[in-house]
Amino acid sequence: MWEYTDKVKDHFLNPRNVGTLEDADGVGEVGSLACGDALTLYIKVDDEGKISDAKFQTFGCASAIASSSALTEMLIGKTVEEAEKVSNKDIAEYLGGLPREKMHCSVMGQEALEQAIKNMRGEAPSKMEHSHEGELICECFGVFDEEILHAIKENDLKTVEDVTNFTKAGGGCGKCIPDLERLLAEAHGEGVCPTPSSKPAFPAEGMTNIQRMHLIESIIDNDVRPKLQADGGNIELVDIDRDAVVVRFLGMCSGCPSSQATLKNLVETALREKVDPALTVREG
Amino acid sequence: MKTIYLDNNATTQVDPAVFEAMKPYFTELYGNPSSMHRFGGQVGIKLKEARASVANLLGCAPEEIIFTSCGSESDNTAIRSALAARPERRHIITTAVEHPAILSLCKFLEKRDGYEVTYLGTDDRGRLDLEEYKAAIRPDTAIVSIMWANNETGNIHPIEEMAKIAKEHDVFFHTDAVQAVGKVDIDLSKVPVDMLSLSGHKLHGPKGVGALFVRKRLPFRPYLIGGHQERSRRAGTENTTGIIALGKACELAREHMKEENTEVKRLRDKLETGLLKAIPDTKLNGDPEHRLPNTTNISFGYVEGEAILLMIDQMGIAASSGSACTSGSLEPSHVLRAMGVPFTFAHGSIRFSLSRFNTEEEIDFVIEILPPIIKNLRKLSPFSADKKAPACTKSFSE
Repeated sequence: MWEYTDKVKDHFLNPRNVGTLEDADGVGEVGSLACGDALTLYIKVDDEGKISDAKFQTFGCASAIASSSALTEMLIGKTVEEAEKVSNKDIAEYLGGLPREKMHCSVMGQEALEQAIKNMRGEAPSKMEHSHEGELICECFGVFDEEILHAIKENDLKTVEDVTNFTKAGGGCGKCIPDLERLLAEAHGEGVCPTPSSKPAFPAEGMTNIQRMHLIESIIDNDVRPKLQADGGNIELVDIDRDAVVVRFLGMCSGCPSSQATLKNLVETALREKVDPALTVREG
Repeated sequence: MKTIYLDNNATTQVDPAVFEAMKPYFTELYGNPSSMHRFGGQVGIKLKEARASVANLLGCAPEEIIFTSCGSESDNTAIRSALAARPERRHIITTAVEHPAILSLCKFLEKRDGYEVTYLGTDDRGRLDLEEYKAAIRPDTAIVSIMWANNETGNIHPIEEMAKIAKEHDVFFHTDAVQAVGKVDIDLSKVPVDMLSLSGHKLHGPKGVGALFVRKRLPFRPYLIGGHQERSRRAGTENTTGIIALGKACELAREHMKEENTEVKRLRDKLETGLLKAIPDTKLNGDPEHRLPNTTNISFGYVEGEAILLMIDQMGIAASSGSACTSGSLEPSHVLRAMGVPFTFAHGSIRFSLSRFNTEEEIDFVIEILPPIIKNLRKLSPFSADKKAPACTKSFSE
């Protein structure tokens, strides 16, 4: 059972401001039944630009219901400009914290608020008609790159697990994990454009076999292994036969359902970028 | 507040008689059964009795029982032994609805050791297709591992027929019978399974003890290597208290088998009928006919499982959910996914699993308390049958 704060339990068991506002000025709809949680947020704004009323309907777990309830309590009485500054962190803090795996519930609240304000201003339709211009990253949970990048920046997310906890992306089949790694790198400014120069076509070009093997070892030791170790896993280099690199996963990685994705998208990508694009990596 | 415990497929209450049987072996009779002296020897005699009791429940010989630490160890031992005994065979058959003790192992063997695994699917009631099964068997199939009864839906699979088919093809057949033992009649003198796993804490014994049946003359390769315990088939000093308790639990299971299939089943049916009748937009998951007598898995449309569980927990009711939010994963149970249960229902599935310790009053209380809870949660929800269609209708099996 999750460890919920008393405030989460209170807002779950006694949710405030449940229902709809027929004359709402703004409506925000996020999530879906397929994803396991969904929120519709209604806001009413008075003549002075203050949110005079807010109501919600939520399908989801205790955290989702509590986050929605907390959000409405936080919004009532705020000006729209003040409300715009409410982040998912504020929602979680208001509740005395949420389990890290449940942070996506607070993100859902923030997204619904953004939608409602946009809807109020006539800037965007509500979710049902809303079409993203960005790239769909996680097909299982319908999460787009813009939401992921926003969550990464807003919450200073560092790992794929963090991204999953905050956005649900990557929590299904796992096919999008390489894309999540890419977005993390992009958000942290690691997506550096190559500078034109007279460098060789690839780093290992012109190297002797021994030099090339040492470079492969070095990339695995310095770039790949620390990332795997951070998740309780490890890797060992088994063999190098011309362009074929044979490795073995250890620790958590050895039984990990995503190990093939890790093999291709972390190990092989790193070696192709930093050694030779002709390399292939397999387990052995 | 009194707890109404309806999560017996997760674990069971240790029967007071089982507890009494094991107690002396913690304090007064703590000898090592492998010792030469009488102090240890008397414990060895109790282990022998426990082995006979387990064998008696299963209809096999005592020497066909290996004590283990749990069902997962039994499962791992069975599959690894079969693969080691016939290393030239590189194919495994199992189902998509197995316990993680089997599924995770099979996925590990696929990825790490290059085995090929066929995962048999189910229909929308969680039933296996015998024709699909027959077609999956190959000359290089090393082992078939199919659970006797499913832990989430209670579905009982046609193990006797499947084991016979495996025999016809000279393929080892293992069954994870952790949920079935003690609830359904098992007679291994008639059902040709080669190996069978069971776990103590699922039949009113303690946690930390299990057993593996290995049919006589079946080639066997131990998983734990060390001392000569269990006739060198499972090393390690025996969990004597656990084994003695398991023996007692099996003895009691035999005595209560009829009760499981009459009184427990009657209460289960009353609960199921009561809830399905009182609450609209509900659906039974699983095979209504061939099911464990204690299990019912009901989906409450348009509400989420964890929310239901926490609400009923406030009233002292303990059950289990196939919804994702309870498990830390984000997708609903792999069993419901394999059955193609639609999203509208999958997220709100609750498993109630009863035992002989449940009472009529408890069931009446649940039938009374649950309808208003579901009603209140539906009031919170933006979805319902009469509000609007779900935003996404993509298939479960994607």
